Amino acid sequence: MSLRIVVTVKYVPDATGDRHFADDLTVDRDDVDGLLSELDEYAVEQALQISENSDDDVEVTVLTVGPVDAKDALRKALSMGADKAIHVEDDDLHGTDAIGTSLVLAKAVEKAGYDLVVSGMASTDGTMGVVPALLAERLGVPQVTLLSEVSVEGGVVKGRRDGDSATEQLEASLPAVVSVTDQSGEARYPSFKGIMAAKKKPVQSWDLSDLDIDEDEVGLENAYTVVESATERPARTAGTIVKDEGEGGKQLAEFLAGQKFI
Amino acid sequence: MAEVLVYVDHVDGAVRKPTLELLTLARRVGEPVAVALGGGAGDTAATLAEHGAVKVLTHEAAEYADYLVVPKVDALQAAVAAVSPAAVLVPSSAEGKEIAARLALRLGSGVITDAVDLEAGDEGPVATQSVFAAAFTTKSRVSKGTPVITVKPNSAAVEAAPAAGAVEALSVTFSAAATGTKVTSRTPRESTGRPELTEAAIVVSGGRGVNGAENFAIIEALADSLGAAVGASRAAVDAGWYPHTNQVGQTGKSVSPQLYIASGISGAIQHRAGMQTSKTIVAINKDAEAPIFELVDYGVVGDLFDVVPQLTEEVKTRKG
Repeated sequence: MSLRIVVTVKYVPDATGDRHFADDLTVDRDDVDGLLSELDEYAVEQALQISENSDDDVEVTVLTVGPVDAKDALRKALSMGADKAIHVEDDDLHGTDAIGTSLVLAKAVEKAGYDLVVSGMASTDGTMGVVPALLAERLGVPQVTLLSEVSVEGGVVKGRRDGDSATEQLEASLPAVVSVTDQSGEARYPSFKGIMAAKKKPVQSWDLSDLDIDEDEVGLENAYTVVESATERPARTAGTIVKDEGEGGKQLAEFLAGQKFI
Repeated sequence: MAEVLVYVDHVDGAVRKPTLELLTLARRVGEPVAVALGGGAGDTAATLAEHGAVKVLTHEAAEYADYLVVPKVDALQAAVAAVSPAAVLVPSSAEGKEIAARLALRLGSGVITDAVDLEAGDEGPVATQSVFAAAFTTKSRVSKGTPVITVKPNSAAVEAAPAAGAVEALSVTFSAAATGTKVTSRTPRESTGRPELTEAAIVVSGGRGVNGAENFAIIEALADSLGAAVGASRAAVDAGWYPHTNQVGQTGKSVSPQLYIASGISGAIQHRAGMQTSKTIVAINKDAEAPIFELVDYGVVGDLFDVVPQLTEEVKTRKG
């Protein structure tokens, strides 16, 4: 038996940087350094653990859709231990929304061949958290999403979803799409050996024509949503700050009473 | 006037507050038609009618509880076909967003998630979102198909607006995909008796400075004196001091209460992302240089183990 896992990852602007919009109201990627979305590191980690815990022959492929620099995100995942990488890159992809991104990912996953797709719970830039569900809908396979624990055995994926009102145990037959939360387990750091090995691992580049996608199915002009305006939130006016000299709690209570919270 | 579908989040017929907020917003865009699914769906009608639902479409079936997400998408798709609404509104829970996304894809429509406000526009509803850790506010609209929009809790005041609330049975045929992901067990979370984190008017959060699971009792005591929900920073959750379901921040819940009190939280960007839209922000921290103080309306530089209990006592005294 063999198991083909595709991990979808995203190259995102560093959240600790000064993120801005470009003139076309897409994210300005020139202004801030990019990196592998932290939440996708959990997906890579779980894919590697599934691989390590399996008696089957498992191949872990990382897949990203993004600009030329997005190769850095793939390189990081390869140095963690993924076997190979696919980079979907095309100028016509600029400004593609979640619906369009799910199309590109679905076509790429199908072309790569898969039994299991593993994703992070959300990107750290858009934070919509909808791509794994969209991908499952596109592929016509079960979604087993937002898992804090995941395992694969005998062609079945099982996982635990910790929701607001209940904890659920979920189960689906492969092929399936899984997404994991930041509770699924700390992601490993690449070892020196891993970093060296990653340099030799294959990175394939595909464009839209490789995936039989027309340019009018993706990109900013063909997005299903329009951002009409983006305004920087006004800086908060400086608040009152007091040093506790023994009455700090009482002073705070006074403030809260003045604001009618008490 | 065009009809607007509102997906009803309810527990055995008890409608949750974010749905009532959606009904308020829906009335700005059209006539609210509510869709209530699963056990107790019919019991939601009276509450929904009081809050403006002209019609309540209901469907009860075991599939909604036994399988993940897809049965609800099938039902909403049936409701859209029956009503041809001007928009579909769904509460912005993790599941709500997944339902909305899959529905939009089936309808050939765009989806907007985590709106914090909604208004009518010439070309359809315009949604306000708060992005990049609330550093920017955007206005967006769906440009293709029937707009599907998820709205965050606390985005509108709940207003009573009596309407007919006529109950109609929705006819649903489940898709082959509906039974793809089985829920093999469900363990309800034990109620703490405190308000839901994302719905609460006041949130009291603790972070690294709380320094231990046992010390969260003083955070809880303050929360209880104010009738507040308890939140925790990622550092406190990762240390195992408080459950992940209470985590406020980029990878946890995003909250927007009237009052947010941060104790022993430095205010890293990931935390700010989850609470920056709170109306009034208060912080207690030993470190005068902590970035959280840039956000506050009122800050106390001091030891939370002194300040928080004193505040709790004072609140209790004042409330009598």
